[in-house]
Amino acid sequence: MNVTDLASHLEQRAAPSQPILEVRDLVTHFPVRNGVVKAVDGVSFTLHRGKTLCIVGESGSGKSVTARSILQIVDAPGRIVSGSIMLNRLDGSSVDLAGLNPRGREIRAVRGREIAMIFQEPMSSLSPVHTVGDQIMEVLRLHLKMSRKDARARCVELLTQVEIPKPDAAVDRYTFEFSGGMRQRVMIAMSLACNPSLLIADEPTTALDVTTQAEILDLIKRLQQQHGMAVMFITHDMGVVAEIADEVLVMHYGKIKESGPVDTIFHAPKDDYTRMLIGSVLKLEQKAEIRLRRPPIPEDALPVLQVRNLQMHFGSLKAPLKAVDDVSLDLKPGETLGIVGESGSGKTTMGRCLLRVYEPQGGVIDYRRTDGSVVDLLKADAQTLKACRREIRMIFQDPVGSLNPRMTVAQIVGEPLLVNGIAKGKELDDRVADLLSQVGLEPSWRERYPHAFSGGQRQRIGIARAISLNPRIIVADEATSALDVSVRSHVLDLMMNLQDRLGLSYVFISHDIGVIRYMCDRVAVMYRGTVVETGTAEQVCDAPRHAYTQALLSAIPRPDPRARSIHNRHRYTAA
Amino acid sequence: MLLFIAKRLLWMVPSLVVVSFLAFVLIQLPPGDYVTSYIATLAASNEVVDQNTAADLRARFGLDQPMIVQYFKWITGIVLRGDFGISFEWQQPVGDLIWERMALTLVLTFSTLLATWGIALPIGIFSAVKKYSIGDYIVTFLSFLGLAVPSFLLALVLMYIAAVEYGQEVGGLFSEQYLTAPWSIAKMIDLAKHLWIPVIILAVSGTASLIRVMRANMLDELHKPYVTTARAKGLSEFHLLLKYPVRLALNPFISTISWLLPNLVSGSIIVAIVLSLQTAGPLLLQSLMSQDMYLAGAFVLLICTLTLVGSLISDILLALVDPRIRLE
Amino acid sequence: MTDTALASIDTKRLAVASQWQLVWWAFKRHRLAMVGLYITIFLYIIALVPGFFAINDPWQQNARAAFYPPQAIHLFDTAADGSWAIRPYIHPYVFKRDPQTLAAVYSEDKTRKSYVRFFGEGYEYKLLGLFSTTTHLIASENKAQPIFLLGADRLGRCVYSRIMQGAQISLSVGLVGVLLSLTIGVLLGGISGYYGGRIDFAVQRVVEFVLSLPSIPIWLALSAALPQDWPATLNYFMITLILSLTGWAQLARVVRGRFLSLRTEEFVTAARLDGASEGRVIFRHMLPSFASHIIASVSLAIPAMILAETSLSFLGLGLQPPTISWGVLLREAQNIRSIATAPWLFAPGVAVVIAVIALNFLGDGLRDAADPYNK
Repeated sequence: MNVTDLASHLEQRAAPSQPILEVRDLVTHFPVRNGVVKAVDGVSFTLHRGKTLCIVGESGSGKSVTARSILQIVDAPGRIVSGSIMLNRLDGSSVDLAGLNPRGREIRAVRGREIAMIFQEPMSSLSPVHTVGDQIMEVLRLHLKMSRKDARARCVELLTQVEIPKPDAAVDRYTFEFSGGMRQRVMIAMSLACNPSLLIADEPTTALDVTTQAEILDLIKRLQQQHGMAVMFITHDMGVVAEIADEVLVMHYGKIKESGPVDTIFHAPKDDYTRMLIGSVLKLEQKAEIRLRRPPIPEDALPVLQVRNLQMHFGSLKAPLKAVDDVSLDLKPGETLGIVGESGSGKTTMGRCLLRVYEPQGGVIDYRRTDGSVVDLLKADAQTLKACRREIRMIFQDPVGSLNPRMTVAQIVGEPLLVNGIAKGKELDDRVADLLSQVGLEPSWRERYPHAFSGGQRQRIGIARAISLNPRIIVADEATSALDVSVRSHVLDLMMNLQDRLGLSYVFISHDIGVIRYMCDRVAVMYRGTVVETGTAEQVCDAPRHAYTQALLSAIPRPDPRARSIHNRHRYTAA
Repeated sequence: MLLFIAKRLLWMVPSLVVVSFLAFVLIQLPPGDYVTSYIATLAASNEVVDQNTAADLRARFGLDQPMIVQYFKWITGIVLRGDFGISFEWQQPVGDLIWERMALTLVLTFSTLLATWGIALPIGIFSAVKKYSIGDYIVTFLSFLGLAVPSFLLALVLMYIAAVEYGQEVGGLFSEQYLTAPWSIAKMIDLAKHLWIPVIILAVSGTASLIRVMRANMLDELHKPYVTTARAKGLSEFHLLLKYPVRLALNPFISTISWLLPNLVSGSIIVAIVLSLQTAGPLLLQSLMSQDMYLAGAFVLLICTLTLVGSLISDILLALVDPRIRLE
Repeated sequence: MTDTALASIDTKRLAVASQWQLVWWAFKRHRLAMVGLYITIFLYIIALVPGFFAINDPWQQNARAAFYPPQAIHLFDTAADGSWAIRPYIHPYVFKRDPQTLAAVYSEDKTRKSYVRFFGEGYEYKLLGLFSTTTHLIASENKAQPIFLLGADRLGRCVYSRIMQGAQISLSVGLVGVLLSLTIGVLLGGISGYYGGRIDFAVQRVVEFVLSLPSIPIWLALSAALPQDWPATLNYFMITLILSLTGWAQLARVVRGRFLSLRTEEFVTAARLDGASEGRVIFRHMLPSFASHIIASVSLAIPAMILAETSLSFLGLGLQPPTISWGVLLREAQNIRSIATAPWLFAPGVAVVIAVIALNFLGDGLRDAADPYNK
């Protein structure tokens, strides 16, 4: 170290906001059979004490590997190839984490003590066979050499801090006895155990519902202020970024596309990719243009589907789980009816009942056929049901699981035509080619298997299968939830185009208000098996009447750092 | 937990009833009965037995009654009085013949189980952690070999080597002077000296398959997110390995008792026949050959009961170590 | 840049690769499994035409050749003048009796050569049970001088030829037995997994029960029940049936597990909503998804079956002579005095070990490759 370096070093030390972490030209590779995957490819950034840095990117952008590289806990066979990760301590000492032996004593002393980390799946990230207390006390005993008794007392204190009810008892319980949000609180308590100066959070709220997400974000914010921690937050959700970030790093295919203060990123993005990303998010903040242009659906049109008092219970007769409890809905021809709710609200079960995938215990599902006759699907015999299922089709959530990996695309899309005896041989082949081009896929790809397609393309195959029988109604169950945000709006646009061309009605099930607002004419909000509110999309999204809807909407982070709102959210507790 | 054990114990009852019936039917299956084969033996030495004597014999052993009656008599005798009937061939109560042999079978099986675990557990962990290392390949190859060599063949090869190289007879569980001697400390030491050979022979195939099981379990667990969490806490590799993945991989390992035990018992029967051990195997084979049905029945019943108890124990152990099962 | 070109071809082939192609590609990378596959194919060829691979009639007794030691084939024939040719031959053994112990002693006679011919004439046998032929892979030019590659047993029967012949029974018992178990297992496992509920519960209890029973005592009791005077074929089928009575449970468990997890797969629901009949859902959509798993389980069950037959026959409760199986052959090695004089009687055991290892390698590779989509 020469004199000028030393001088600037001292200067830095004196500066109030000395960066806690300086990453320079970080490169992390994963050797694979035919080459290497450059998961992180020359990433540099600086993180200041007490600040929040968000790393945002779509799947495969390398954001998570960047985070793991800092603690050198990248899964095998990945390894840091080059670059430096300087950790600057308050006492003025610095250490290059990238230069340490990943199994050595020095890096282990940093992990969990100076830099702590929390993960996406709190269930699988905690051991199911060790108690919560055991797993938290372990950190205390390891780094602070606390006695068992002290560690336990501190553990209860930590659980109190993260607002876990009855912390004394919770210490001795197992993770599967907690809900998802509570488990993430346990993870946070564990990470806070040694008062780290940096918390790395790897998609900590992705697996959670929005209301739970809002609580966890609040908690992290509050703890950050109390402890003066820096937070590095990995997420794909631009809303969350806008809500919590000081600085933002946009990643794409292992490289940094843009970085800067959150306001600049959202309001004056320079990079094309960033602009595209923010554009697709903002697009879902309002109604789709082709829907704004469309004339409203006549009020007096007879509903094509009328659901009355639907009941669907699971489990034993003595203590049934009422997944769908007295639900009534109408679906008009040409309309998109959104069903919105959090996990466990019964929206998926309800959608499946419409096609009698499950056998509901009670209620009526009246379907008006083209000739004007009305069939109650719940009482229909096998033949009628089969005929009606040709007209009411379904699009599934999981683009991987919903396509048989052992059949070619032609076989998958052609299956309904074949089994219903509509087309075979050359004619079937032509029909499949036509269907594929209708959903924007190359007809020559029809001999390929699903594994050759990306998530968005797979979902298009699913749509082609759904429209192959010229249906009148399509039940779309979280059709875009598994897709990256930039792909999402394309699939939604395709669905609306098809709707206008083929005169479809959609029952559109989603947990994502943005998607609902973009696409739907009317919305029903479900909560614990019941519909709490129904109305036009504008009314429900902008002026919700029911307290639950208000709570739900206010918990959604808006993709605008100038309109941070979730800390002012409504809270709803069921009566 | 108590409820779980109680439920599981209750399930044993129908299983035991079925097993006892199965054992009885099995030994009833051969055409003819002990008297027929007894007469055949006598005929071989030119003695002629007339029909009346045969009928008398049948009546004396109760063989002329319908099967279900015979079963009922048999099972009530066992349950109420611990009376397993009379061995036709030995002309002694079955109970006098089997207990020592069953006890030795139990000792042999249990020692083998412990040996199998003791060897397979560390090797399986090593093999998974050092996946695709030279050590892993050697272990993998040896375990495949161990799976492929039938235990009786291994016993024969060992006997051959002992006979040709050292001029010794391998076999039996006791030295000659202890064979009929009453139990004493010296006899137990003598047993331990003899026991290790059959234990090793029997442990080979079980160890081989358990190594495969443990390796696969460990490989599943090693990449679970909670391992990354533990690493992010700053635990050392060795410490976190033992505390998390090994601990979780043990659960499916414990449930292997329920299939390992039947295999061990089966294997021990053949090996015991080859090495002429004083366990259940040789006597069972002999009694089956001569249709000495109460003796054979008692062995089949007790051996099956032994393995059923084994799977009961494994279920209870599993519930003890896995809170997910215990708290359900 | 060739790398990228290669990769793009790869992706193109990958895009249209069916399940079986993907499984095959994954399997091919598993080197031990490929070795296992080759050996297995070779063994089953032997099992198909054992007579062709045999040298001497496997049932032919030869009092003059009791415990005849194995002979090695010499490939290069050196003539007296030093010239040589590739002409395989063996040195015959001369039989003597030790004057003191009266034990048989064989000594190699280096002066005499007995030539060996490939695809030569030998004893008459039926190829595939249909055509009579006398062609063998290896035959002795001199009919009076038989070749004992792996020696002879106490009755002077050729151990090598008997192993070849035994392959037929031993390997087919595995196959037939597993097919029987598979039928029972798939039927019960399928019913259990497909219908679920009480049927599932009942079948599961039965499966657990069968699995918790030790197989050997039950096999022993069952085979002791077989009359000794039954014809060989009937005896063979009864033994295979007995072996599969306990073997089905494991397969039923695999099938049920697959069925249960597939039943809730979205693509199965989708097929049902497409209007596919129950039969089509099961056979067109579900069956292909676990066919590869079943094949893997089957290939792992065959070696177990072979070992079981060997053990039973070894104890004298399985197949009975004159039927030849590896287990029956190993009965000759039961006596410590026999193996001390003629250690080559272990050779059938080596055959068992090779077959079982090869099948295990094969099955292990298949199991690893069985699901090319879950990566």
